[in-house]
Amino acid sequence: MTATAEPEVGKARLRKEDARLITGRTRWTDNITLPGLLHLAFLRSPVAHARITAIDVSAARSMPGVIAVFTGRDLADEQGSLPCAWPITEDMKAPNAPSLAVDEVNFAGEAVAVVVARGPYEAADALSAIDVDYEELPVVLDMAAALADGADLVHPELGTNKSALWVFDSAQAGTGGDVDLAIAEAEVLIERTYRQQRLIPAFMEPRSVVVDPTGEQYTMWSATQIPHILRLMVALTTGIPEHKVRVIAPDVGGGFGGKLQVTPEEVVSLLVARRLGKPVKWTETRSESLLSAHHGRDQVQKLTLAARRDGTVTGLKVELLADMGAYLRLVTPGVPILGAFMFNAIYKFPAYHFACTTVFTNKTPTDAYRGAGRPEATYAIERLMDELAAEVGMDPLAVRELNWIKHEEFPFTTVAGLEYDSGDYEAATAKAKELFDYDGLRAEQAERRARGDVVQLGIGISTFTEMCGLAPSRVLGALSYAAGGWEHAAVRMLPSGKVEVVTGSSAHGQGHETAWSQIVADQLGVPFEDVEILHGDTQTSPRGLDTYGSRSLTVGAIAVVKAAEKVVAKARRIAAHLLECAEDDVEFSAGAFSVRGTDKLVAMSDIAFAVFSAHDLPEGMEPSLDAEATFDPENFSFPHGTHLCAAEVDTETGAVRLRKYVCVDDIGKVVNPLIVEGQVHGGLAQGIAQALYEEAVHDEAGTLVTGTFADYLLPSAADLPAFVTDRTETPSSTNPLGVKGVGEAGTIASTPAVVNAVVDAVRHLGVNDIAMPCTPMRVWTAIQTGRPDAGGPGSTEAGGGLGSLSGGAQ
Amino acid sequence: MIPAPFDYVAPTTVDDAVRALADAGEDAKVIAGGQSLLPVLRMRLAAPTKLIDLGRVAELRGIREEGGHVVIGAMTTHYEIQRDPVVDTHLRLLRLATDTVADPQVRHRGTLGGALAHADPAGDLAAPVLAMDAEFVLCGMDGRRTVPAAEFFVDYFTTALRPDEIVVEVRLPKLTGWHAHYEKFNRVAQAWSIVGVAACLRVDGGVIAEARVGLTNMGSVPLRATEVEAALVGHPATAATVRAAAAHAAEGTSPAADGNADREYRQHLARVLTDRALTAAAGV
Amino acid sequence: MRITVSVDGTAYTDDVEPRLLLVHYLRDKLGKVGTVVGCDTSNCGACTVHVDGHSVKSCSMLAVQADGREVTTIEGLARDGKLHPVQQAFHDNHALQCGFCTPGMIMQAIDLLADHPDPDEETVRSGMEGNLCRCTGYQNIVRAVRDAAGRMRPGAGPEAERVEQRSAQLSGGE
Repeated sequence: MTATAEPEVGKARLRKEDARLITGRTRWTDNITLPGLLHLAFLRSPVAHARITAIDVSAARSMPGVIAVFTGRDLADEQGSLPCAWPITEDMKAPNAPSLAVDEVNFAGEAVAVVVARGPYEAADALSAIDVDYEELPVVLDMAAALADGADLVHPELGTNKSALWVFDSAQAGTGGDVDLAIAEAEVLIERTYRQQRLIPAFMEPRSVVVDPTGEQYTMWSATQIPHILRLMVALTTGIPEHKVRVIAPDVGGGFGGKLQVTPEEVVSLLVARRLGKPVKWTETRSESLLSAHHGRDQVQKLTLAARRDGTVTGLKVELLADMGAYLRLVTPGVPILGAFMFNAIYKFPAYHFACTTVFTNKTPTDAYRGAGRPEATYAIERLMDELAAEVGMDPLAVRELNWIKHEEFPFTTVAGLEYDSGDYEAATAKAKELFDYDGLRAEQAERRARGDVVQLGIGISTFTEMCGLAPSRVLGALSYAAGGWEHAAVRMLPSGKVEVVTGSSAHGQGHETAWSQIVADQLGVPFEDVEILHGDTQTSPRGLDTYGSRSLTVGAIAVVKAAEKVVAKARRIAAHLLECAEDDVEFSAGAFSVRGTDKLVAMSDIAFAVFSAHDLPEGMEPSLDAEATFDPENFSFPHGTHLCAAEVDTETGAVRLRKYVCVDDIGKVVNPLIVEGQVHGGLAQGIAQALYEEAVHDEAGTLVTGTFADYLLPSAADLPAFVTDRTETPSSTNPLGVKGVGEAGTIASTPAVVNAVVDAVRHLGVNDIAMPCTPMRVWTAIQTGRPDAGGPGSTEAGGGLGSLSGGAQ
Repeated sequence: MIPAPFDYVAPTTVDDAVRALADAGEDAKVIAGGQSLLPVLRMRLAAPTKLIDLGRVAELRGIREEGGHVVIGAMTTHYEIQRDPVVDTHLRLLRLATDTVADPQVRHRGTLGGALAHADPAGDLAAPVLAMDAEFVLCGMDGRRTVPAAEFFVDYFTTALRPDEIVVEVRLPKLTGWHAHYEKFNRVAQAWSIVGVAACLRVDGGVIAEARVGLTNMGSVPLRATEVEAALVGHPATAATVRAAAAHAAEGTSPAADGNADREYRQHLARVLTDRALTAAAGV
Repeated sequence: MRITVSVDGTAYTDDVEPRLLLVHYLRDKLGKVGTVVGCDTSNCGACTVHVDGHSVKSCSMLAVQADGREVTTIEGLARDGKLHPVQQAFHDNHALQCGFCTPGMIMQAIDLLADHPDPDEETVRSGMEGNLCRCTGYQNIVRAVRDAAGRMRPGAGPEAERVEQRSAQLSGGE
């Protein structure tokens, strides 16, 4: 790699993106207005399962400012079925998924009608004038009950609530032994059932879509992570030709997987705009978002870990129930399957079996949420390793060390069949222990236990890895995913020497504009400030597979590197021509080409202008330096790290306070340490929130009772500690930058670290599990009775919150 | 979300406000700081036909001393109460509880009278004013009347206010030199209380001379823990006294159950938090 | 109803429905789209602006309640092309990622610093409890607010707004 004198990659560059965001000069989709813009409001089902026997929209239609009202019946012939791009098995059962319900509703919050009005207030007013008759049907909520013989069915036409069974077995795959044999011969068996509660991604910017039908192309602005996939999918769903659709993701306020979706509202907005020939906008309310945007997690994990008495693991059997909710959205069935390869984590299991049954219920569909499959797997194995340590009487770190892959054993092919390219678990753990003062805190823990202190101290460990950079296409194909995992980029040299970079990655807070600029500055030897990153518009960035699965840097940025290399290669030829030397004698450094051993040089910007004027180019060379590249990696990348959490548990109230959190992550080479640190902080907050605060709760009728931010508890600054973050650096060998992904690491690692800490604090009081989120009541009840799941799952009232708003107010 | 349409009037005197309320009838609502009401309106959990905004009634705002009392206008904001030296000196418990209400932005708009008239059992100010033996001055078409706090809170979100009445001011006896503490227990910082305990004590020569303990969210209305108070008075201000008294905190309570706390856990919390509130107040 | 509101130094007179939320007035009538809506229940704080120099959630206030008052939004902070010290500190400390919560965070931070010119970490964390962020884990936001405290000369906060407002309020008949 050529480089400027002082490489940009590795610098803590302040972000280019900030200037507009800190001044309010923003382009959120909801900020967009167009002449004649009409506003949409969706009427949503208040019941979880019902047949729609009648809808009367006449009163709503006649209200002032109301242009039109459409029901599912009105759009039935054109709305198609919302896509699921991940049929995990040949025989997977998938229901028809209309954007607007036609005959029946299958979850509370499903859209049944849309009002089109002059303004958002008028649209909202008209909703209450729509009269829908529902004939209620039995509600299916619990997965185990849903699979029982004679169970009520979410989709009777499918004949079952089971969507698919997906199995991986190491003996069958030839990657390991027979797990049942390992279990039969085990000296120690750890059998546990863990629940991954239902979560809500809760990006801060509510979803919004604007469709303008007045040009040759339909232009759709959407608060989406996936403008490219969205363009293809709305085209395939509605039959509108792909080349007649342009999708723009302007400023997008967070996603976390929650905006990795083709939504009913996007499809309906497009259809309504087409019908009326007028631009339309829909912006959701927060309650609408919590209710109807896809949820995440929601698995029951039945786990059996076999081991020897000395702590050596011999087998792992994983049987999952994964709640799909009422429909299969874009990658719903694939989410738990992404975890299939991660339960064995960093440990050398000789035998492994994974079976996932995907189940329909009358709840909001689930889909990707930060980590998607991997947090669930990491939680399970990291909790189990603590349980194994307790069972065999070892320090939990020692049990891990006994079983993990040693740094000299890389590359290492796991029992799940993945090849881990690099890692050094010893180094990360050693550094984390030191930063944490592991021995000191263990001593304090012992002292508090001996003293019977009201506040007990627990230490939680998570030595995690993950597979990220989704990609590679052939692996995704083998997993039946409908698309590939490549990414596209183009580099355009402007005549003045400035650079435009087109990327298929679609940032929504990650700081790509800054990081990509750093990478390109090094590649081309141009100043950081001279690089402009173009993304998020299918017209300027025509090809791409967007941003999710920690793939932008490991795939998208590598495509940028490849394109830049092509630019340099072209420029080198022109430089040789201008310098009148052989191409082999040209050296490229710090943005200038020179003749080896002389002081003759020509700058990249001079070459850019020479190409523009095109007066004197090598024979047969086209007057352009521009280049594009599409990169498809050979393998995933495997970040890892050691996270240590000290939690104080108030044994009288059950309250948990995080006293110290240390993480040492190995994400390979770092482009921008500032951005990396920020990603880790935010990831930790979300993982901690799963452990302690967040849960989407439905009552027995299937109504979401955590439907506002007063009930669905996101932590604020006052609820989180300061984090100590550090890194080790083992470069990835699967890409030329040596980078791994970092977007999901903090979330994946932190949840088990926190719960392990909470359980560790009270294990001596007879507790070996507490269900997430570890609410004060659950912790206190576990201490009193050993029962892990007080108050839930599915307890019927959220408590406080909006309940406290529903009365009279002054 | 968007509130349903309503008419709006912003009177500038108490008399005009009361007349507006009487004229508007049953479906009118008074808006004070609006920090509970606006979310309710936006969620369309309520759809009043008319809002009577007290925000421009100057006489409802302010804090003054009247002999042995501090009188706080109903429209005085939480923020003003937090920063008022008279409150800090004579009504320390109220200041400490006000510090825990919602968040800074809400405290800038939210008012003492509004919060109390809202009568949310999870609200943090009712138990303290009950413990402090406050009186509510109400005004309606028939003039003014004074209602003790113990009679003001009637049920969930229900007070002794008649349909044409507003809260004018809250009169609180000075508890100068009393030790006070408000112990709030919730899941995240801006969440409502699962349980809260308001405690204040007057200690004379190492002996607890007077004690007041109020409980938040332990029933449909704020409660006085009278058994606890009785067990404190006349006893030395020690940890042992506090512990023994706090054991009575849940007596006679019938708290609601929800996802955050079942009845047993709430009653347990009441005992633990009462112990902590008294311990912090007494400094033992 | 006819209202007159000063927003970021400009007086506006408009006829509005009583139910119009202040945040919608700012965004939809005045085009002040820098202020955003993040929730329905006043929990997230994304819509925070200053009214008469104090932070409020503009989703929990009616436009008619702002009649005669001075509103400052994120768009009114930079003076003479120079960022407010809190804006600068957010940039310098990487205190934002997607940036959606950022206007509210900055407005609340300025308010916090007016009351606590040199806050410790806990004061910052509790003073920002009414603002939710999903990206940053708050660590850099806390750092930015404390950093800004160090940079702010006396009077850079909204004290100035508040002083002006007291007289404005009086003349407004309060």
